[in-house]
Amino acid sequence: MKARVIVTLKSAVLDPQGKAIEGALRSLGVAGVQSVRQGKVFDVELAGNDRASAEGALKDACDKLLANTVIETYKVEFAE
Amino acid sequence: MKPAVILFPGSNREQDAVRALRLVAGAKPQVVWHAEHELPPGTDLVVLPGGFSYGDYLRCGAIAARANIMEAVRAHAARGGLVLGICNGFQILCEAGLLPGVLVRNARLRFVCREVLLRVERADTAFTKAYRKSDLIRIPVAHGEGNYTADEGTITRLEHDGRIAFRYARRDGQIDQTDGPNGAINGIAGIYSEKFNVLGMMPHPENYIEPEIGPTDGRGLFESLAGALKAA
Repeated sequence: MKARVIVTLKSAVLDPQGKAIEGALRSLGVAGVQSVRQGKVFDVELAGNDRASAEGALKDACDKLLANTVIETYKVEFAE
Repeated sequence: MKPAVILFPGSNREQDAVRALRLVAGAKPQVVWHAEHELPPGTDLVVLPGGFSYGDYLRCGAIAARANIMEAVRAHAARGGLVLGICNGFQILCEAGLLPGVLVRNARLRFVCREVLLRVERADTAFTKAYRKSDLIRIPVAHGEGNYTADEGTITRLEHDGRIAFRYARRDGQIDQTDGPNGAINGIAGIYSEKFNVLGMMPHPENYIEPEIGPTDGRGLFESLAGALKAA
């Protein structure tokens, strides 16, 4: 089973990298960009086909390592 | 005094820490590989040195914080044992949950490598007895992710409990909030654990110990530790 974990900064946390990217996009003349926040994507392959146990394992992975929940949140998506 | 300096893949300041402990505290530190499960018998001080453990992959200190030896470090800290994390070591302590909060990218996105002025917030801990409260000391920093942050409740608690160890200061002793090296909240450069036995700090006291090289304001920290552990 394939899953995608998306880790992003909590909305209250400043993201200077996102701001710098936002500025660069503006200076490139990309129209309509209002704001940019940077995050991370992890593509994970899991053994078996049990969605519930996969969700449990990925939550465990996020809480233990993939996200620092002081400043980040995460969500999990499954490929259909 | 029996210090153990933990070596992770990508640590690069471990020999500086060893040298400071030898020259200033007269100790014979052991370097301990991260894959070990136990600290050498009788270890009374653990030092997590600076560097770029695991190449800063994922987040600074995140992978090192989950190394085998960290369980032993956690147990040592829980027993009241002294732990000092410098730079990447501070990041590791935060990621391991031994200290609250997190060190994020410097506000101006630049790696800063220069001398800073630190204000010693209290001089009654095992790490700072050789200083006086409000002393201004010159110590170098070298980091890209030293911007200390935590939720409001944590900051309030740290401030209320006097757990700020050092702040970035100006010459007049005021907190350097706008011109600080990294944008850390309240100018925080280092913090203590609840029982004041764990200290994490971004600046490198181990690099200012020899007059041949420059200022020696870092000696006080190692003198304090030597004093604290001799008395114990």
